[in-house]
Amino acid sequence: MAYSDKVLEHFKHPKNVGTLDKSQKNVGTGLVGAPECGDVMRLQIEVDEASNVIKDAKFKTFGCGSAIASSSLATEWLKGKTIDQAMSIDNMDIVEELALPPVKIHCSVLAEDAIKSAIKDYQEKNGLEVTATVGHH
Amino acid sequence: MKNRIYLDNNATTPTDPRVVETMVPYFFEKHGNAASRSHPYGWEAEEAVDYARENIAKLINANPKEIIFTSGATEGDNLALKGVFEMYSRKGNHIITATTEHKAVLDTCKKIEKMGGEVTYLEVDDKGLINLDELRAAIKDNTILVSIMYANNETGVIQPMKEISKICAEKGVLFFSDATQAVGKIPVDVVDLGIHIMAFTSHKMYGPKGIGALYVRRKRPRVKVTAQIDGGGHERGMRSGTLNVPAIVGFGKAAEIARLDMEEDTKRIMALRDKLENGLMQMEETYINGTTDSRMPHVTNISFKHVEGEGLMMTFNQTIAVSSGSACTSASLEPSYVLKALGLGDDLAHSSIRFSLGRFTTEEEVDRTVEMLTKGVQHMRDLSPIWEMYKEGVDLDSVEWTEH
Repeated sequence: MAYSDKVLEHFKHPKNVGTLDKSQKNVGTGLVGAPECGDVMRLQIEVDEASNVIKDAKFKTFGCGSAIASSSLATEWLKGKTIDQAMSIDNMDIVEELALPPVKIHCSVLAEDAIKSAIKDYQEKNGLEVTATVGHH
Repeated sequence: MKNRIYLDNNATTPTDPRVVETMVPYFFEKHGNAASRSHPYGWEAEEAVDYARENIAKLINANPKEIIFTSGATEGDNLALKGVFEMYSRKGNHIITATTEHKAVLDTCKKIEKMGGEVTYLEVDDKGLINLDELRAAIKDNTILVSIMYANNETGVIQPMKEISKICAEKGVLFFSDATQAVGKIPVDVVDLGIHIMAFTSHKMYGPKGIGALYVRRKRPRVKVTAQIDGGGHERGMRSGTLNVPAIVGFGKAAEIARLDMEEDTKRIMALRDKLENGLMQMEETYINGTTDSRMPHVTNISFKHVEGEGLMMTFNQTIAVSSGSACTSASLEPSYVLKALGLGDDLAHSSIRFSLGRFTTEEEVDRTVEMLTKGVQHMRDLSPIWEMYKEGVDLDSVEWTEH
């Protein structure tokens, strides 16, 4: 199977690889997937509490090229978005942007789950109303 | 592409130029049908087939009459299993095989079960070997056949052929082996090993694709299999169909070269494999899958912990051809059943890469592979959250993962 140029680019030069301090109150962490399934994504957001805007986003992913590209793209999209805007990112947007083939759609689903899971963690930590639900697919 | 490195010789080997050369006339001036008895076109085709058959028989110490041409090992496996099941139905309906067999054997066995057969699937230990006591205990009055592969395609692990055949002889059951990965690469002697039926194929020994052979013993005991393809009664009635003369000629040449060059080839390839393996094992948390005590000389299967196999393959930018036990490389999303049968967790199965070297592998390629793999594993581990957790001392088994 050949990869799209965008997947290859994100894979070779992934954006926003790293770790945020999860003990910080304004950092939300999402850890989804399982080693047994062949992919694990950890996605973190740092939120500006006053404006509700995501200031920074980082990820680390164990998985195939498409999983890594999906999470790299997700972090790019998250930066500068409000929580509400971030909530509206749909896995099919990722599929379209990266031209993922059908067998790789699960990678995009995982990335959406990672986003929602990070938001949920942030909302719970800060006693906010939890609007994110994970794993609805 | 010049810069590509081919380390997937267990999938298929490149055709040796010497093989191609011998085939060419049989597409042109010597285009006869080997079954045509009335003119020189037929005679020269038949002669060429006979010569090839002799070379193939010699490679495994068989009689040329014991060689039945097939389209490849998948057909050979089908013919052996279904053919014995039909031919010996009055004696019984029970077949014994192992969980790490190739799909051509396992899926055929599944079909035989649907046809009213009974199949026992022996487990393997963490080395990849079957247990001989379990084999002995599994043989019953209605057992007609034991089907155990010679060398595994994913790990290269070689089963104890001689010990298995002794048990079969003792109990009076037939012994069939899918020897696809072994024949042409290591010495295989069907007489010495006591194998009754054996499938193998040309394209794993530098011959053309689409041609294989089934060895069917003619004496002590005389074995017969019921044909699965009916027609003109070719190949002693066991496999009808016009012989693929050019391919058979190529197969014969490949067998001849394999026999003559085996010792030197093997020595050289094994040294390269060991160099590759030692180089890769310098990295921390890498594991060889399957025993190294009884293994093909050109194969190594290694798991790079916390690195997903397909992702790792992407780091070499598709310049190194290898294969992975990762689910992502298959449509099923299930990691390798062979590695799981060895007791590997799904995570390590997802992290495995099979390297299979061959006649045309060079030392420079091995060096470049070690270099690129080392960089690739580093890249993937830098990206891997579970590698980070592992390094921080988190017990990964205690983490609540979200299965999906």
